[in-house]
Amino acid sequence: MQRFEKLTAPAAPIDEKNIDTDQLAPARFLMNSRADGYAQYLFHDRRFDAEGKEKTDFILNQAPFRAARIVVADDNFGSGSSREHAVWALVDYGIRAVIAPSFGPILFVNSLKNGLLPLVIDAEIAADLRRQLHAAPGSEIAIDLERQEVTGPDGARHIFEIAPAHRHRLLEGLDDIDLTLAHADKITEFEKRHAASCGWLF
Amino acid sequence: MGKPRTIIEKIWRAHAIHENDRGETLLFVDRHYLEEASVFAFEDLRQAKRPVRRPDLTYAVADHLVPTRGRPAGPSDPELSDVLARMRRYTSESGVEMYDQDDPRQGIIHVIAPELGLSLPGAVIACGDSHTATHGALGALALSIGASEATHVLATQSLWQSAQPTLRLTVEGALPPGTVAKDLMLTIIARIGNAGAVGHIVEYAGSAIRGLSMEGRMTLCNMSAEAGARAGLIAPDQTTFDYVAARPHAPKGDAWRAALAHWRELPSDEGAAFDKEIRLDAGDVAPRVTWGTSPEESAPVDGHVPALDEAADADQQQRLQAALDYMGLEPGMAVSGIKVDRVFIGSCTNSRIEDLRAAAEVAASGKAVIPVMVVPGSGSVKRQAEAEGLDRIFLSAGFEWLDAGCSMCVGMNGDRVAPGQRCASTSNRNFVGRQGPGARTHLMSPAMAAGAALHGRITDIRKG
Ligand code: SF4
Repeated sequence: MQRFEKLTAPAAPIDEKNIDTDQLAPARFLMNSRADGYAQYLFHDRRFDAEGKEKTDFILNQAPFRAARIVVADDNFGSGSSREHAVWALVDYGIRAVIAPSFGPILFVNSLKNGLLPLVIDAEIAADLRRQLHAAPGSEIAIDLERQEVTGPDGARHIFEIAPAHRHRLLEGLDDIDLTLAHADKITEFEKRHAASCGWLF
Repeated sequence: MGKPRTIIEKIWRAHAIHENDRGETLLFVDRHYLEEASVFAFEDLRQAKRPVRRPDLTYAVADHLVPTRGRPAGPSDPELSDVLARMRRYTSESGVEMYDQDDPRQGIIHVIAPELGLSLPGAVIACGDSHTATHGALGALALSIGASEATHVLATQSLWQSAQPTLRLTVEGALPPGTVAKDLMLTIIARIGNAGAVGHIVEYAGSAIRGLSMEGRMTLCNMSAEAGARAGLIAPDQTTFDYVAARPHAPKGDAWRAALAHWRELPSDEGAAFDKEIRLDAGDVAPRVTWGTSPEESAPVDGHVPALDEAADADQQQRLQAALDYMGLEPGMAVSGIKVDRVFIGSCTNSRIEDLRAAAEVAASGKAVIPVMVVPGSGSVKRQAEAEGLDRIFLSAGFEWLDAGCSMCVGMNGDRVAPGQRCASTSNRNFVGRQGPGARTHLMSPAMAAGAALHGRITDIRKG
């Protein structure tokens, strides 16, 4: 997994609340091979018309926002399904961080597993960042995960909260399975105890 | 006597393998369910050359991709049948049971796992699907996971979880006649919002919840995700035990007695503290219909679509306008009377026997004037419905009677709503494009969907 430490990059504002996973990666693409990447499916039905032509009104199709590596969104970003494809689509497109007041809970976890930072920030600050990005398209946001600090286009710094475990995992780019298998003997012991106390489960 | 504990803490503690110094618990997973999308998790596992740790606790199903017509041949789309073939190969090579498209036990995972007695009270259940909370109806802690987490569970039979805030949602009173669990849940989501339970594990409690059948409880827990919850559950009681008893995989004999003793200890202790409490009354629930593109956007059937001036601010007004434009509706119009093009009765929310009985009761009084698909949640539901003669009622009302699967809930098997078409659907999501690009979805109960079929319009079934 790619590590996340610091990032200074152009950001795109997405103003709607409740951007759901069906918009991020429509269901009909979910069985497509991962080898070719999922970048083309990101916001597919909002980015492209029925003939596959780009819709000019969608923000990521507008020149200054195409190179966005950060998205600033509103409440409940990525609500909906457990499909990790939604995160693969964001990551394959090049997005490394999404800043929003709240996230769909599964998308939040899936993001952490793919080196995508789901950065939770006050709704007022998120709204202000989006306003600035609209006013100066293509401007950059800086994120320092170690210091838990995000700097807007206007230079104002904001401290953000993140659970220590999540921060650690992103900073180190850790493989969860290796980490867990370091506790393999604990799992085996637990299995024995569990089979004894809850034999009816097995 | 220790500190009073919630059912959530009890299950959590009974499954904690290890806690790290960053506040995460490694939880043991008693049951791991795989659907077709888990094929990617399986491939990651194989790529890393890791075995499945507990094939005996892992179950796979074909539900999203299977055709509802022309079984058992399987999907005509070669890409879809390739996914199933891969899943078949991986499960057989690793000794995981798979309920394949031609298996009499096949059906939507959230319908068949309770039905088979795989999902049990007090268990920790994980599935790479967002409606896993359905199994919480049995008093299990059922977690929706992503593909990376599914790979992790395959390899380790465990899951890292940070402590989750808890929410008790208490609903007192009785549901008024003509309303069911679906109406209650759509009402709850409308009140607390899409993000009303965000990140929380919810215990549904109170007399209205207790009064629900197991089917109703599953409908309710199923839509926990639509309120943003991480999971949702209901403490087990006699209704639960009666449902679980004698299921094929349920414990038998002494094991059953041991299980019962354990299960009776599960309900939250008197005085147990939740991080958040919400109380609602069931008395004013009405048959409910979504009008927008998010599950919180619903109204009673005798109500109306919001008028633009009901929006709190300009932003909200713009969002309302966008939703109504997509849905092809006018602000302020009455919900009852909205013309629909087709009906879908099915999905893990509402495809169980009780749902089909409710739909058949309405269907018996007329003829469909638009296309209707009835897709039972499992082969077993289908056989039971046929034994009760429900299939004949549907067929003589002009409804199509099909084979079990997810079908038009998500359209991955090709059962899609055409662009611009309006569908009365018993499923759980009305997102933009959910049932197909440009599809317009109105969520409602099975009886209401059957009513829409007979009139070609959204109709208040309480008025006959
Ligand atoms: S019926 Fe719909 S919501 Fe349920 S598992 Fe299938 S696709 Fe998901």
